[in-house]
Amino acid sequence: MSEQQLFKVTIDNITIEVAPGTTILEAARKIGGEVAPPAMCYYSKLKGSGGKCRTCLVEVSKGSEKDPRPMPKLVASCRTTVMDGMEVKNITSERVVDARAGVVELLLINHPLDCPVCDQAGECHLQDLSYEHGNAGTRYEFQRRTFKKHDLGQYIQLHMTRCILCYRCVFTADQLTNKREHGVLDRGDHAQIATFIEKNLDNDFIGNVIDVCPVGALTDKTFRFKNRVWFLKPVNAHCDCPKCSGKVTLWYRGEEVFRVTARKDQWGEVEDWICNECRFDKKKTSDWVIEGPREISRQSVISLNHYVGMQKPKETFEAVMDGRKPRMFMDIHDVSEVNRPDVDLSLIDGPAHSDDFNKTNKKD
Amino acid sequence: MGIKLLLDKAHVEGIRSYEVYRREGGYRSVEKALKELGPEAIVEEVKKSGLRGRGGAGFPTGMKWSFIAKPEGVPRHLVCNADESEPGTFKDRYLMEFLPHLLIEGLIVSSYALGSNATYIYIRGEYAWIPDILEEAIAEAKANGWLGKNILGTGFDLEIYVQRGAGAYICGEETALIESLEGKRGNPRIKPPFPAVKGLWDRPTVVNNVETLAAVVPIINMGGEEYAKIGVGKSTGTKLISACGNINKPGVFEIDMTISVEEFIYSDEYCGGIRNGKRLKACIPGGSSVPILPANKLFKTAKGETRYMNYESLADGGFASGTMMGSGGFIVLDEDQSVVKHTYTLARFYRHESCGQCSPCREGTGWMEKILKRILEGKGKMSDIDLLWDIQRKIEGNTICPLGDAAAWPVAAAIRHFRDEFEWYVNNPELCLTSNYGLAHYADPLEVVTA
Repeated sequence: MSEQQLFKVTIDNITIEVAPGTTILEAARKIGGEVAPPAMCYYSKLKGSGGKCRTCLVEVSKGSEKDPRPMPKLVASCRTTVMDGMEVKNITSERVVDARAGVVELLLINHPLDCPVCDQAGECHLQDLSYEHGNAGTRYEFQRRTFKKHDLGQYIQLHMTRCILCYRCVFTADQLTNKREHGVLDRGDHAQIATFIEKNLDNDFIGNVIDVCPVGALTDKTFRFKNRVWFLKPVNAHCDCPKCSGKVTLWYRGEEVFRVTARKDQWGEVEDWICNECRFDKKKTSDWVIEGPREISRQSVISLNHYVGMQKPKETFEAVMDGRKPRMFMDIHDVSEVNRPDVDLSLIDGPAHSDDFNKTNKKD
Repeated sequence: MGIKLLLDKAHVEGIRSYEVYRREGGYRSVEKALKELGPEAIVEEVKKSGLRGRGGAGFPTGMKWSFIAKPEGVPRHLVCNADESEPGTFKDRYLMEFLPHLLIEGLIVSSYALGSNATYIYIRGEYAWIPDILEEAIAEAKANGWLGKNILGTGFDLEIYVQRGAGAYICGEETALIESLEGKRGNPRIKPPFPAVKGLWDRPTVVNNVETLAAVVPIINMGGEEYAKIGVGKSTGTKLISACGNINKPGVFEIDMTISVEEFIYSDEYCGGIRNGKRLKACIPGGSSVPILPANKLFKTAKGETRYMNYESLADGGFASGTMMGSGGFIVLDEDQSVVKHTYTLARFYRHESCGQCSPCREGTGWMEKILKRILEGKGKMSDIDLLWDIQRKIEGNTICPLGDAAAWPVAAAIRHFRDEFEWYVNNPELCLTSNYGLAHYADPLEVVTA
């Protein structure tokens, strides 16, 4: 068998060889770091995705070895395949940086910066994008688009106000489930993701739409507003599931499993789709075989306080105080009913309310 | 009188019916194409004719046809784009309404050349009465052996289907049209793959405008070389222009692209001059998406030469001093018209028609409309003008389909050529709401125009 001919492509002055048919984005991801353009709508696991958000626009300064003419317009790197000898500028192109800042500003027109309350805080790709490529302020002075909250059934909540119409969830529902239940209604800036006449999404795999959402538009009702993601410890686990791969990440706080998600790669994309039962119903450690801590990029806010290889200083309180333990001036549980040790937040149905702390609902 | 190739029989009474159309020499090109020429020879004739797509982009039709992939055993399709929705453009409606058999004839020849046995006419939903006319013409053609199985005993089969759109401007974009024809939401596809390789139902497909397909008839009848002698340079043949606005004779005209813009506006044969003896202020020569030109740049090119009604001359000097032929929707504005108001109307249209698929177009068109509305209402700020310029710049060229460009160019051209009018609106908020929009201030720049 003859070896497959590889194409040489140079992105931001770094050359790499890739197989024909590879997109510029995939080639850039092979190089990694800042060379990889951001992608809000592209999802390698979803057929037909990409090209819509325009955040991954790049400048092709040389088409190929055979036809070195530059491409006149910026191209969507997620949908443009490489040619042999192609030269691409990502962050080294002023046009790209300018266009990307423009896209961020436009995306943020109708996406509220409500990070303090948004459940996606810490995992929001738009937040990262605006931090890395956006401007400090907006020039938009008009009223923002608002929507009523849309209940997509027992497990999923849709906040259209935060949606950036990336279409990922539509592709997911189309490609993972056996009937089409939701899509895009209306057009232009009136467009919205919706189920036709407020239907529920009740398919076995529909929970995956939460994982693919790059912003906080689709949230997990069994987890939302229970905890901040950076307070949780991600742990890889698996189970013998007849429906899906059963490979998940459990998100612990203390002994409690607050949520279950599919495992994601470094680009935030799901490795294996998981079923609703694994995601929403198996919230006990005994349901799972624990594999070990999940590695989180040091760049992510989720890695906060989860230091690897950290050596604690020897001069702890106990050492300096001759073995005496530090005296606690006040136990929070003496004065507040919030965070009572006998209440499992993960078991509360919906966001926690003060009334919930009057009940006892410890697992097992 | 100029040369008429498409509308030469339009005045004949009853030309809409098959009998009259046939009596006037109709369907000769089908006989010639199927019996004397083969598919390849037809493509060659179209190439020789230099015919350019009449939908707006002006891409050479023969070259587009030659790109179509011909994989073994895979059907090919021809789709007639009759989704004419650009404000100011109504020439295809005229052709389909009064000369339906001309389009059917062009479709038969083109389908034969491209190897399409199932051809579709995708027609704008708002043209509610025209599908009936077309379907009647198709039935007549079929009854007389021009459609169906084994046409003229050549073994060529063809069916033509009429499909109504649901009223979306974006479905005039060829890939959105294909999506809609397949029964999906009319969102443009990302190219490549181009329709010539993967189009309708993933089969090789050619999408052509109504006028382009109708023009195939005279090309076959007279020969490509003869057709190419009409017109000038790369603007060969005749072009339908739908003229409207503040002119004495709005309507659809056939021109041979050698007449000057000035002659087109002021001669009695065409627009008949500006209505009520007013002066010309500006003109959008190619449908609402192309840049507006002020009167003092309309009649002369950047080099100071006479500007003609053809692709090259209208585009001379780029957008700084030129515009585009586009689809031929010729919109004339007299001195009483407010460019700001017109720009707002267009921005409102493009905002409404944006499919919402890609971010710059979805969000940018809405933002531009809001700012223009604010300026128009006398609540604008001087910084709004620069902001508008910046937003259109962020949209142009960064979207999946040309709707982004179509929304950006009118705004860019209006600011480029009429910035002082925008500034006047900002500086005179109290006068903005008066009935005459306080436009007398704009008299001076018009003095250079010699009517």
